[in-house]
Amino acid sequence: MMSDILEKVQPADTGAGAGTDTGKSWDMVTFRLGGELLAIETDVLRTVIEPGQITRVPNAPPFAAGLLNVRGAVVPLTDLRIPLRMPQQQANDDTRILVLDLTLAGTPSVVGVLAEQVHEVTKVTSASLEDVPAVGASWPRHYVRAVGRQGDRFFIIPDLAAIFSSYLLEIDRADCNTS
Amino acid sequence: MSEDVDPLFLIEAQHLTESLEATLLDLKARPTDKSLIDSAFRDLHTLKGSGAMFGQVAMSQFLHDFETAFDAVRDGTLQVTPQLIEIALSARDHVVELLAGGPAEPGTVLLDRLAALVSGDHRAEVQDQGWHVAFRLAPDTLALGGRPEAILDEFRDMGARNIEPVLDDVPPLDDMDPAQLHIGWRMDLPDNVSEGDIRDVFLFNETGLELSLRRNAPGQAAEDGIATGGVADAQAVEAAPAPAPAGDRSMMRVPAERLDEMMDRVGELVIAEARLAELAARSRDPQLVAVAEDIERLASGMRETTMSIRMTPIETITGRFRRLVHDLTGTLGKPICFDIEGQDTELDKTVIEKLSDPLMHLIRNAADHGLETAEQRRSMGKPEQGTIRLSARYSGAEVIISLSDDGRGLDLDKIRARAEARGLIEPAEDLDDDQVRALILQPGFSTAAEVTELSGRGVGMDVVKRTIEQLRGSIDVDSEPGHGTRINMRLPLTLAIIDGLLVEIADERYAIPLAAVEHIIELPEEENGDARTTRFLNIRDQLVPYLRMRDLLESSGAPGPHQKVVVVTAAGLRVGLTVDRIIGSSQTVIKQLSPLHAALKTFSGATVLGNGSVALILDVPQLVSFGQALDSREAA
Repeated sequence: MMSDILEKVQPADTGAGAGTDTGKSWDMVTFRLGGELLAIETDVLRTVIEPGQITRVPNAPPFAAGLLNVRGAVVPLTDLRIPLRMPQQQANDDTRILVLDLTLAGTPSVVGVLAEQVHEVTKVTSASLEDVPAVGASWPRHYVRAVGRQGDRFFIIPDLAAIFSSYLLEIDRADCNTS
Repeated sequence: MSEDVDPLFLIEAQHLTESLEATLLDLKARPTDKSLIDSAFRDLHTLKGSGAMFGQVAMSQFLHDFETAFDAVRDGTLQVTPQLIEIALSARDHVVELLAGGPAEPGTVLLDRLAALVSGDHRAEVQDQGWHVAFRLAPDTLALGGRPEAILDEFRDMGARNIEPVLDDVPPLDDMDPAQLHIGWRMDLPDNVSEGDIRDVFLFNETGLELSLRRNAPGQAAEDGIATGGVADAQAVEAAPAPAPAGDRSMMRVPAERLDEMMDRVGELVIAEARLAELAARSRDPQLVAVAEDIERLASGMRETTMSIRMTPIETITGRFRRLVHDLTGTLGKPICFDIEGQDTELDKTVIEKLSDPLMHLIRNAADHGLETAEQRRSMGKPEQGTIRLSARYSGAEVIISLSDDGRGLDLDKIRARAEARGLIEPAEDLDDDQVRALILQPGFSTAAEVTELSGRGVGMDVVKRTIEQLRGSIDVDSEPGHGTRINMRLPLTLAIIDGLLVEIADERYAIPLAAVEHIIELPEEENGDARTTRFLNIRDQLVPYLRMRDLLESSGAPGPHQKVVVVTAAGLRVGLTVDRIIGSSQTVIKQLSPLHAALKTFSGATVLGNGSVALILDVPQLVSFGQALDSREAA
């Protein structure tokens, strides 16, 4: 099962990616994180909320170190800056949380993703997408699905499936070692 | 067949058949109401359509013919008569039976009768002979302790249909003596019931009994001796309250997700209620406080009701165990008797579902490793047939489920040797028998090398233990050499909401299941400030290890002067937890942690507090085992 998730997600069947057919377009929400602009499909976006009270989860890895209450549901808060190796900054008035519907370990889950600032929902066409450059990027290539361009600005489309499944694989392995 | 039916379709079909039934009953009272006729036709048509769509061939075929006949009513060529309503209601019952996987045959009889009615030929009715029974018990029956509903139940068991109360003798309200029985009943009974059977029902109520008993004649289904049937009368019948609830009418099929959703809502309600109570208390407005108290009462009532809806008898999963034992008897060549006690013991739906796999494993183990072969048993003077017994019973807020066999029992020396070989214990480690038996629940105890094809389906006893603990339960092993093994599992009745003790550690709040809390003491001054993570407290002449929660939770800051110790127990072992402050107890809605936090052993879940923030729930069995681990490390 893991290998399926870890398989390089092909742009053609997932929506966003460096596809060659120019006709496709997706609604994406763009947000700032670690000094870069990121984009996530609005398909998985449930809502955007202000941080409010975040509960620290003792002994949890920094990637998922918090819990928050989203309309009565307990939702883990994740920080994409950890897997993408981006610099961190203190939360401020612009900080928001994107609440996403993702599938974790085969079960539909609600996950919060930290954003330093949420910009806008925009239409992204396949023509504006490019493959991840082989060199020059500071973030791990296998965690990025594609790079897009809007005007003179670049944005990164993180590979959420790859990020979350490799995290789950990691804690699974750690679990086996300790018990 | 019913298992294959699409649940969505079932819900819709149930809805439609209910609506159809109501419409037909209304139609009986107002036979010329065109809108009712149309509505009945519509229900039939929709039912037929969706039946065909979901592959219910027999049902939609039946409905098609039925609908054709009903079309005659719609275009006015056929009058609505009590007989027609009666057949239509039977047809509706037949559809319900078809949906439940019943046979299609009774449908043809109904269609024949309907066709006869349409063509004006009533001869077909003659085929449907049977009894028409009307009776009235002595007025003082109730005062003498008689129970008419028991009589009706008996008739129902005999296949009675169209049971109706006869209310023409009910006096005006002012004159009515509630201790007197004023109601009679009438019904149809099938042909195979003998007159003697019917009279036997009244064996203890013969005094003052008025009984009218008659073979059904065509076209007279609704007429009888003590009251004239027909439309005008029927109206009075409909207006009266139903005499006794007809068993399965009050049942309702609801998809499980809706129950989960409802539980979530109730959970949110409990949380919102906690916020309201907090605000009300702060406002000191007596009116607001009164409303908050009302809401609290309502919310806890809702909680109870919703949880009771989720309770499922253990019976729902025992079928597969029977099958498993049956199959095992074949593959292992051991005759096995499978005994189940307390089938009707109820547990939360989620608990029941999660119990299935562990129990399957335990049964396989018992049959494979526990029971001896028939020859061995014979030579030991035991009956050849081995017995595996599953029993479930209530014990306070818990259910105890035991799986026992009368096989060879556990070989303690062998277990000890294996545990040593696997490095689970030190050679010659001092363990009592209970501790040795508990070793079989340790991860890494059983290995693929010795498990047979049957027992080794990837789950070991440690997985069983973990599953039970995830359900906030506990498990222990009891065994007597030569006489068998018994695995006891204690499980909470429900998983969804518990009473929690809210504590504060370094300005963070945590919940502890109140059921696990034994007592709370002040941490002695001299214990404070010590940097070690575990120490012992002398509690009633017993040394209890305690965990410094600030260290365990990697909290910031230093503890204040008046630390408390919450002593919790799990599986008979105790551990103290140091906290800064006790906040109080509250209803705690348990939310599962996401897979992202599945590896964290210290917490069993999270909950939302009155102020809207999230608090983690401490996993008591886990903390106790931490305490034990530190305990043995210190002792070593």
